Order: sequence, then C-alpha cells, then structure tokens
Amino acid sequence: MDLKTMTFLVVGATFALYIGIAIWARASTTKEFYVAGTGVHPIANGMATAADWMSAASFISMAGLIAFLGYDASVYLMGWTGGYVLLALLLAPYLRKFGKFTVSEFIGERYYSKAARMVAVLCLIVASITYVIGQMKGVGVAFGRFLEVPLHTGVAVGMAIVFIYAVMGGMKGITYTQIAQYCVLIFAYTVPAIFITLNLTGVPIPQIGLGSTMADGSGVALLDKLDMVVTDLGFAAFTAQKWSTLNMVLLTLSLMIGTAGLPHVIMRFFTVPKVADARTSAGWALIFIAILYTTAPAVGAMARLNLMHTIQTGEVGSVDGNMVYADRPDWFKNWEITGLLKFEDKNGDGRVQYYNDKNKDFAAKAASFGWKGNEMVKVDRDIMVLANPEIANLPNWVIALVAAGGLAAALSTAAGLLLAIATAVSHDVIKGMISPDISEKKELLASRLSMAGAILVAGYLGMNPPGFAAQVVALAFGLAASSIFPALMMGIFNKNMDNIGAIAGMLTGLFSTLIYIFWFKGWFFIPGTAMAANTPDNWFMGISPEAFGAVGAMLNFLVAYLVSKVTPPPPEHIQHLVENIRVPIGAGKAADH
Amino acid sequence: MSDQTNRQAYWKANLKLVAFCLSIWFVVSYLFGIILVDQLNTIRLGGYKLGFWFAQQGSMYIFVVLIFFYANRIGKIDKQFNVHED
Repeated sequence: MDLKTMTFLVVGATFALYIGIAIWARASTTKEFYVAGTGVHPIANGMATAADWMSAASFISMAGLIAFLGYDASVYLMGWTGGYVLLALLLAPYLRKFGKFTVSEFIGERYYSKAARMVAVLCLIVASITYVIGQMKGVGVAFGRFLEVPLHTGVAVGMAIVFIYAVMGGMKGITYTQIAQYCVLIFAYTVPAIFITLNLTGVPIPQIGLGSTMADGSGVALLDKLDMVVTDLGFAAFTAQKWSTLNMVLLTLSLMIGTAGLPHVIMRFFTVPKVADARTSAGWALIFIAILYTTAPAVGAMARLNLMHTIQTGEVGSVDGNMVYADRPDWFKNWEITGLLKFEDKNGDGRVQYYNDKNKDFAAKAASFGWKGNEMVKVDRDIMVLANPEIANLPNWVIALVAAGGLAAALSTAAGLLLAIATAVSHDVIKGMISPDISEKKELLASRLSMAGAILVAGYLGMNPPGFAAQVVALAFGLAASSIFPALMMGIFNKNMDNIGAIAGMLTGLFSTLIYIFWFKGWFFIPGTAMAANTPDNWFMGISPEAFGAVGAMLNFLVAYLVSKVTPPPPEHIQHLVENIRVPIGAGKAADH
Repeated sequence: MSDQTNRQAYWKANLKLVAFCLSIWFVVSYLFGIILVDQLNTIRLGGYKLGFWFAQQGSMYIFVVLIFFYANRIGKIDKQFNVHED
C-alpha cells in the first residue's frame, strides 16, 4: 500500500475513534460541558491532562527545535515539565479545596471584586488564543504534508476539523477522547524513536540510546559524533550553549510558571474527587508527559544526524560528497510541495550543499570547495518530527502513525483551550457578569459561538504565524506566567493581598509582557509592524520575547506587593477564606453549577 | 492546642516542606542544568556529558519523584495535624 493511502487509513481510523467516543460521552448539560464529573480517577485524569497539555508544540515542534538548537532547547524540556512541580506544590490542592469551576472565579472571589475577575478573564483569553495559534500552525504542517497541499490550505482544513470536534464535545466528551488521544500520540512518538535508536546505536530505549555509542563499530558516542558532523559543516556543536545564561534561566522560569498559570491545565485539577488527588494527579500527568519529553532529545539529535548524513553523503569538500538533487528521496520532494523545505542550486553543480554560511571561517573554506552559499535555503524546524521516520527509511505504517499522532496532539490541546475560552466567555463574562439568569441552553449556545470565533482568529494567525509552533506557544506561556500565576499564588500564600494590589499586579504583568512581545514580533503579530528587529542586540539585557514572561511575573509580584501596602487590607471573611483553603479538611465535592 | 494555632503550625510545616522540595527543584534544573552546566560537562555519564544529561533527562525524572514525594509527606503531615479529608 502506498504511503498516502496508508496515512488516510490510519488518520481516518483514529478520527473515527475520537468522534465515536465524543458522541458516546456527549455532554448534555452545562455542568457536563465544563467538568468531566468528579468520578475521574487520578491516573485517568493524569493521562487526559497529559494529552490536553502535550500539543502540536510538544509533539511536532519540540524535537525539531532540539535538532537545530541542541543543548539550548533544554529550556523547553525543563520549562514544560518543571511547571508541574509548581502546580502540585503551590496551586492545585488549594484551588481544588476552593472548589469552583474556573480560574477567574477563584480570582473574582478571593479578591472580592468583579473587576479582578474581568481582568483574569482578559489575561486568560489573551494567553489561550496565542496558544491556539501555535496549535493551528502545527495542524497546518501536519495536514499540509499528508494531503500534499500548501501550509495555508492545511490550516484551513484543520480549522474545520477542530471546530466540529470541539463544539460537539465539552469537557466530558473531551476527557475520554483525550485518553484515547494520549495512547495514539505516545505510541506514535515512541515507535519511530525506538526504530531509529535501534538503527543508530543498537539500543532499543531512546533515553539510553542517546547516551550510547554508535552501532557502526567506531566506538564513538552518538552525541560526540553529532557534534563532529555539525561542526565539520560550520554549525555550532550540538551540546554547546549558544544563548546567554540569563536568557536560558528566564525562559525556563517563564515556561514553568506559565505552565502553572495556564487555565486549561488548572481547570483539570478543580474536578478531581479529593484534595489529595489534586496533588497526585499532577504527578501522574507529569509521568505521562515525561515519557514523551525524555524521548524528544533522542528524536531531535538522531533526526539531525540522519538529515546531515542524507545530504552530506561523503567527505566534506570532496567532489561527490553531497547528495545529487535529481536523486533526492521522496520525502524531500513531498516537503518541497508544502513550501516548508526549499533548495536553490547556487553553484549550479546539481548537488545539495547544506552548511552554515554565516560562519565566516567555514564560509571561506566552503568557497575553496566551489560552494557558493548554503543551498538548503529553508528547512522549517516544525517538519523534523514528521519527516524523521521517512528520512530514516522506516516502513510506511510508522510514517502514517506519526501523522495521526501529531494531529491527535494538536487537536486535543486545541479542544481543551477552546473549551477554556468558551467557559471564560459564557460562564465568567455572560453568566457571571452580564446576565446571571441566562438559561442553560443559551449559555451552551454562547460558549459554542465563542469557540467558533476563537477558531477563526487563531486560524488566521496560524497562517501567518509569528514563529515556529513551539515559539508561539512559548509566548502564550509568557503571558500566562506574567498575569495569572502571581495572582493565584499570592491569593493563597499572602493573606493580606487585596483587590487593588492584585488587579494592579495582573495588569502590569500582562501589559508589560504583551508590549515587549509586540515590540519585537509586530503589533497583534501583524507582519511588518514590529518596532525593532527581533535580534539579541535589540533585546533588553539580551532577554528574548519568549523569556520576558518571567520578568513580567516579577513586576506583577512587586507592583501587587507595593500597592497592597498602601491600600486597605482584605475584609475579615476573605482572610478566613484563605485560611480555609490552606487545609484539606472539609473539602466538599467540586462545586455544583 | 486551639484549632487556630494548630492550623498555623500545620501551615508552617507545609511551607517548610514546600521550600525543601523547591530547593531541589531549583538545584537540578537551574543550577545543574544551566548555571553549572560547563563545570558538570567535564564529567561523563556514558555517552552523555553530565550537565547536558541533567538539562535534557535527569531534571525531568527528579521532577516526577519530587511531586510524589511531596504528596506522600504532606499526606502524613495532614494526618499528624488532623486536617486530612475524611
């Protein structure tokens, strides 16, 4: 069976499975739409949280970033897992004890203020929409490849499917579907990783294979080999640090506290049966996440090695050491169709030279070989995971499986986020503020309409993304980190934090981060409107826009603290509320609607 | 001991445990994975350089262990101060 038919078959079968589950577990009441019911076991909840959490950024984009950034990409690995420690230790059990549906409800009540709730809704919507943009780019890449269409068409197809899928489900449908999606995506990620690790090192476990020696009998460690291969072509060594230490620390911190401040993840912990379950649920989620995250470095490093070997087939600089363009493999041709891979024969020798022409020393050497610049003019990092099994010549069913896994990852996260946005609009804004006695039917309608609106905005921006999927997602985390996390944490750990302090803090955090991002990425991400080029020389103290969330969060804490010192302390009953959520005793069931 | 002071003592014990866990969290990721990475990279763990291993493997394993360690210890403290759920 050819690859295309196989892909349609596998993707089609998994979709039928998800939609089947969504119909079987269809939400009929608003309560079911928002929460999956308190009967979800911590392990099941952990698995669903993992699927919810691991998005196109984790599945499609992250290993690609690792492949090209090497060691520096560690910030994504540590940042997106370390946040769960913060979540389990600082937020989840207390929010569960509080026992409401949404993050903004907590903020509204804790800071006894509708305005605070409104600001929280704003922060949440901005962060969530930015996040969905990243997903849309990922979906576009996946569909673009397997339908063999350009990125734009891929995004449009993805929008339609996400719409049908998310609007039908609600939390109840989504939870069970997400468990199925987790199984599909983790299988799809680890199977090719195991194949490739076996090929290269003879070890079947990617986490160990990455630290093993090559199976070619040379006795050289795989990572050392990779360092040699890339530095021979003028690139920086894979295991070397390229970014400044300050930027790495802040980006990691930004991703960690962003994880702990993301509404669609926190929402999951509102609904576990007990406070103790909220603590362990985060642990289970992290186990399921770590299976993928510890495999990713192996996938990234080995994809890079295979890519270099495919193009640089012989000695660097020898006449026949480079791949002949006319003999390029099928995967190369297919990715050229999507526009995400581009070749230009600069020296007209009919062979492909892929090297770092920005490295002056090496460029001079390359000129002596008759090379006239890097001919792989575009290698979109987001294609690496999907192309990886093809580059390694794995069987067709494995390649089809990876496409299905990537789509599962993107869809499960997009659905969870859209639900969080819909909940914010219909539950917090419309029911909570504008018309409290809205009928259930109308509330459901409002939430579905807001999902549709969010998909349109995200789809448009997904076609003109401000970065690679993982980088766009990193921006979303910066926004959540700078606005929501500090307000939640102070709400629990500082009894004297008052309404004005919290609001001032949230607004400072959100807008300082948002403006810093727009400054370098363009206002509302519209291309050409950036105030300064997005380069390290222009950045404030060398801090990239992705990493600024940590600074925004510090500003948030600082402003909130200072303002709370000069404004009246919170009333007695709020202080009691805080004392009460600090102890597990007396936690009821998750609040009814 | 009154209910009020008991709860305060519980909260103190909790904060102490949280601080302990978070210092390990900081050491394995920020310190070993980023700040001291060059120094640790002179040591090898099979084919891995140690600093690189912490950044791309080790920190994540330790995060998982930390969460379950915290959940377990705080569960015992809950019982000790009699503030656990039924």
